Amino acid sequence: MTQITNKEVGPDQIYTDYLKKQIFALPKCMKCKKYHFFPRTACPHCGSFKLEWYPVTGAGEVYSCTTIYRKSERGGNYNVSLITLNEGPRIMSRVEGVEPESVKIGSRVTASIDNETDEPFVIFTPTEIPGSCHTY
Amino acid sequence: MSHILRGSSAIVGIGQAGCGKAEGRTPLDILAEATHNALDDAGLSLSDVDGLFTGSSYHFMPTLSTAEYLGIKPRFSDGSMIGGSSFIAHTLNAAMAIHSGLCDVALICYGSNQRTAGGKLATMSEQQTYEVPYKPHYPISSYALAAARHMYQYGTTREQLADVAVAARQWAQLNPEAFVRDKLTREDVLNSRMISDPLSLLDCCLVTDGGGAVIMVSSERARDYHHKPVYLLGMGMAHWHRQITQMPDLTITAAKESGQRAYEMAGLSVKDIDVVEVYDAFTINTLLFLEDLGFCPKGEGGAFVANGNISPGGTLPVNTHGGGLSCVHPGMYGIFILIEAVRQLRGSCGKRQIDGAEVALVHGNGGVLSSQATSILGTEQTL
Ligand SMILES: [Zn+2]
Repeated sequence: MTQITNKEVGPDQIYTDYLKKQIFALPKCMKCKKYHFFPRTACPHCGSFKLEWYPVTGAGEVYSCTTIYRKSERGGNYNVSLITLNEGPRIMSRVEGVEPESVKIGSRVTASIDNETDEPFVIFTPTEIPGSCHTY
Repeated sequence: MSHILRGSSAIVGIGQAGCGKAEGRTPLDILAEATHNALDDAGLSLSDVDGLFTGSSYHFMPTLSTAEYLGIKPRFSDGSMIGGSSFIAHTLNAAMAIHSGLCDVALICYGSNQRTAGGKLATMSEQQTYEVPYKPHYPISSYALAAARHMYQYGTTREQLADVAVAARQWAQLNPEAFVRDKLTREDVLNSRMISDPLSLLDCCLVTDGGGAVIMVSSERARDYHHKPVYLLGMGMAHWHRQITQMPDLTITAAKESGQRAYEMAGLSVKDIDVVEVYDAFTINTLLFLEDLGFCPKGEGGAFVANGNISPGGTLPVNTHGGGLSCVHPGMYGIFILIEAVRQLRGSCGKRQIDGAEVALVHGNGGVLSSQATSILGTEQTL
């Protein structure tokens, strides 16, 4: 992947710049080989500065979730989840495409990028199981 | 050989003010009243205070604003801010300062007008960039995520969480100073308005005004004052994260480490604890901290807190003044559990007094299960 290496750009901006190109990428440590999130200038696992950005698969699992109750005239209930990515890091997000109350801990989810505003962010939907008409 | 700080300092004065509603007063107005009440309680005057320990959601430089308001010129001050547990952590910093001769009379204090100022959580906190797009309610959603995970892993139920609130209310009913004292049932909690699933309105602490203050001195001079001294036997802190995404395991808090450190310094174990005061911002807190501090095995907190086990007459007295859930909770709450523990060890708790209480464990929490601070206090017999 083309590395965004402009020295004038910090890790938060690099993360957002990738999202604007429809790429969900995270910094990976070239020393201990671990990914981390939120993006930093040094690896929180080993302290190395040798970080490179790689796209992640976007596959993950719901680690925990909550339904936040909100009056329907103000948009109704919505989900907030913590997703553990296959690559290791955990991020806060929202699972869409199902009722907030039916999001379940342990279910498999896939990332997509909400690019409708200037500040794009990652959301998740339940992973389609091949050969099945159901999602879970 | 015991730790050099074990029993080296003692609490000789406590004071509260404006707990509940304090119309028309600022956070520092309330803090100052609590401070003077604590000084009166000890038999000291303002001019004796030469060490200041405070934290605030209102003042960017809290020790400066507080000292200026009170009219003191401390020779040592510490405004370490780790959220609601700050005041528990200050007991360690005060003990170190006293032991090393940096101050003689330490004042730990706090004040807030959160309720009469409109009920919103005052904060100077920066926003969490990577949480903002998802609109979690701060801080309840983070605690709800921890509760949901605990339920998933260990089969903990909303009924068990509700029993934490019921136990707190039963203690509050024995405490004439508690802000809310009417009858509360498990069903009341379960049927209260859901806010961030699985936590409903009555799983959440109160929003009150209030201030608290504690005076600490060296043990050598602790017997010179009005009341039986309460000695700091052990203290430990730990923090592993700031925002909830960075918490390694949502079912294990850093209380596991802060508790171990406190037990180690005190040379005591969980079996020695007579009374427990933990920071119950939400019902899940009590359950997590009782597990992490060793009162029951990990995962068994739900069964442990259920059916009156931590209520008056249960096997373990927890949050004997009614806790943040029913007694008082003005934004940051750590100072109030410290004060209740001192009262229990002085034997001045009236109807809610634990007979023969010699050792109390006080556990503070800050942020979103982020900072953990444990103090173990004891009477003269435990030195
Ligand atoms: Zn590394």
